[in-house]
Amino acid sequence: MTGGRKITYREAVREALREALTRDERVFLMGEDVGRYGGAYACSMGLLAEFGEERVRDTPLSESGFVGAGIGAALGGMRPIVEIMTVNFSLLALDQIVNNAATLRHMSGGQLSVPLVIRMATGAGRQLAAQHSHSLECWYAHVPGLKVVAPATVADARGMLWTALCDPDPVVIFEHAALYNDESEVAAGGDLAVDIASAAVRRQGTDATLVTYGGSLKKSLAAAEVLAKDGISCEVVDLRSLRPLDDRTIMASVAKTHRAIVVDEGWRTGSLAAEIGTRTMEQAFFDLDAPVGRVCSAEVPIPYPKHLETAATPQVDGIVAAVRGALRR
Amino acid sequence: MIEFKMPSLGADMDAGTLVEWLKKPGDAVKRGDIIAVVDTQKSAIEIEVFADGILDRLLVEPGQRVPVGTVMATIREPGDLADAGLPPKAVPSSASPPAAKSSAPVAPASAPLVAARGEPRATPAARRRAVELGVEIASVLPGPEGVIGLGEVEAAAGARAPAKPQRPGGISFDEMRKAIGAAMARSHREIPHYYVSSTLDVSPLMAWLEAENTRRPVPERLLYAAPLIRAVARALMDSPELNGHYVDGRYDPAEHVNLGIAVAMRGGGLIAPAILAAETLDLAAIMERLRDLVARVRGGRLRSSEMTAGTATITNLGEGTADSLMPLIYPPQVAIVGCGRIVERPWIVDGKIEAAKLMTVTVAGDHRISDGRRAAAFLMNLDKLLQSPETL
Repeated sequence: MTGGRKITYREAVREALREALTRDERVFLMGEDVGRYGGAYACSMGLLAEFGEERVRDTPLSESGFVGAGIGAALGGMRPIVEIMTVNFSLLALDQIVNNAATLRHMSGGQLSVPLVIRMATGAGRQLAAQHSHSLECWYAHVPGLKVVAPATVADARGMLWTALCDPDPVVIFEHAALYNDESEVAAGGDLAVDIASAAVRRQGTDATLVTYGGSLKKSLAAAEVLAKDGISCEVVDLRSLRPLDDRTIMASVAKTHRAIVVDEGWRTGSLAAEIGTRTMEQAFFDLDAPVGRVCSAEVPIPYPKHLETAATPQVDGIVAAVRGALRR
Repeated sequence: MIEFKMPSLGADMDAGTLVEWLKKPGDAVKRGDIIAVVDTQKSAIEIEVFADGILDRLLVEPGQRVPVGTVMATIREPGDLADAGLPPKAVPSSASPPAAKSSAPVAPASAPLVAARGEPRATPAARRRAVELGVEIASVLPGPEGVIGLGEVEAAAGARAPAKPQRPGGISFDEMRKAIGAAMARSHREIPHYYVSSTLDVSPLMAWLEAENTRRPVPERLLYAAPLIRAVARALMDSPELNGHYVDGRYDPAEHVNLGIAVAMRGGGLIAPAILAAETLDLAAIMERLRDLVARVRGGRLRSSEMTAGTATITNLGEGTADSLMPLIYPPQVAIVGCGRIVERPWIVDGKIEAAKLMTVTVAGDHRISDGRRAAAFLMNLDKLLQSPETL
């Protein structure tokens, strides 16, 4: 650290984009409204003026088309960063991502690689209703051939992009829409790149492990704070990488606390929480002093009204209750 | 209809876990009867009923933890109709995790929460810890929600888990097993045991007991262990060579019979606290001490004097076990009386074969102090006492 400074998550993403565009001329950014408008979440504001139309490209409203173009560019030796407005819209590009980007290394016997980075916003909390608010990270985390990461902190938003660009295979970065205004200290300069393979213990604890990622990290930390007042000590594990999952960090924590609660904004059925729960039972069964708990979103399309949106997604009181349930007190 | 509720057994008790029902639906209950055992996390406590009637329905299952005031059972007063046709009442139950009560989006109770009967609901971590600590899982009292977790196992083992609430009491089974092993190894190594046994006809005792118990109010009813203990205590008073301590090559016959009672712990382990001056106690007093001892053994709350003052020991196998046993003397004592189960067998009385209730009693004596003749005389004396139970 060379002296801290406070920036927002949005500024961290923008800085990371600027750094990538500056460091490697093969890098270019494309997506809907990333240029003239500065990005749906204003992450690329000013970059068009700075780097020009060749490097910051507005695309038509055609996710399948521009993601496919990104795959082609990556195959051709470029390092494209493709921005998709939200994970909901990315479903239009699933064919390109799952059938092409994720498979070509394998189908070519290792002759081809797709060094593509796809960024997209995910999650609820901003009253953007059911077509903009879902958390479908686990759909991508299901697919071999992809790496999937979820920066939950400003430092990870700042540091994951470069590492993702250096990866020879496609990496999908999920930025939770409720995080863009969060502010935090990051180092003033130097190499800010961070790994994209390991989970991080964000809070040490002894009584229960909260396993979470993305937008649910701050809720989990808040719940841990509430529980600490009652003498319940929670460890909070931020997954960071959703594929591959860092089993070792999760299991080491569960071995210590003997209780695990997964906080996942995805729907419960077939969720990442389900996967983590199963792995915990496969690998840490004899460490468990309670069934693995899950705090997930209600199985409804995310509602528009604020109170219903809040009720449908994981909140601090629900996490607190789940921990108490696991502790049977 | 009278509602039998979870009582408050102390200012700090807000909930209790039902350990067992001692009565079943249809049983007549009287004021003062003990009908349930409840664990308050401090100890297992026997719960009395405060009304007469017929136990109608049990609304709480063993292992369930319910708040004070929860209706646990209903009791039909004379004149009430049976309530069998009605659907069970909703009972505040902790069988569903507290999480499920929250309106927040947390896990519904999708897991099967009712374990097979008889199988303790212990977590995997608790089971592994129990093995590490040498604790029998079946001996561990369940905690909240009827679950045996790490906390319960560690409390049972007396282990100190840092920064976790400890349950007072509890007995370390691995320590106990070590103590039993050390004492019995010493006994087997140092004491030249001899064994003498007789099969005694206890039909008169059992017939008398049945008649006596119909006369007695339910709380004062006797188990056959009570007259047996009284008879053994009296017979030992006449056998000073079987009742005392042998220490450093010197034998001190005892003035009183502090009769050690071997009590099996739930799930394993054995302990033999003494009823002090047992020969001076009448049957009611012995019964009371016995009930008290067993309860306190289970609660892990025995007094040190009870553990050291024993001058002889009785071990009574009880129903559904074996015909006879050859026990080892508990040093520094010099004798132990082992009673097999009571079985009905052919028996010759006045030249005729009759069905009789028989018990085989074996005395192990210390050859450094006495010979088999002494124990045989004791057995004959005991037999005589048991043939006249009304004089006990």
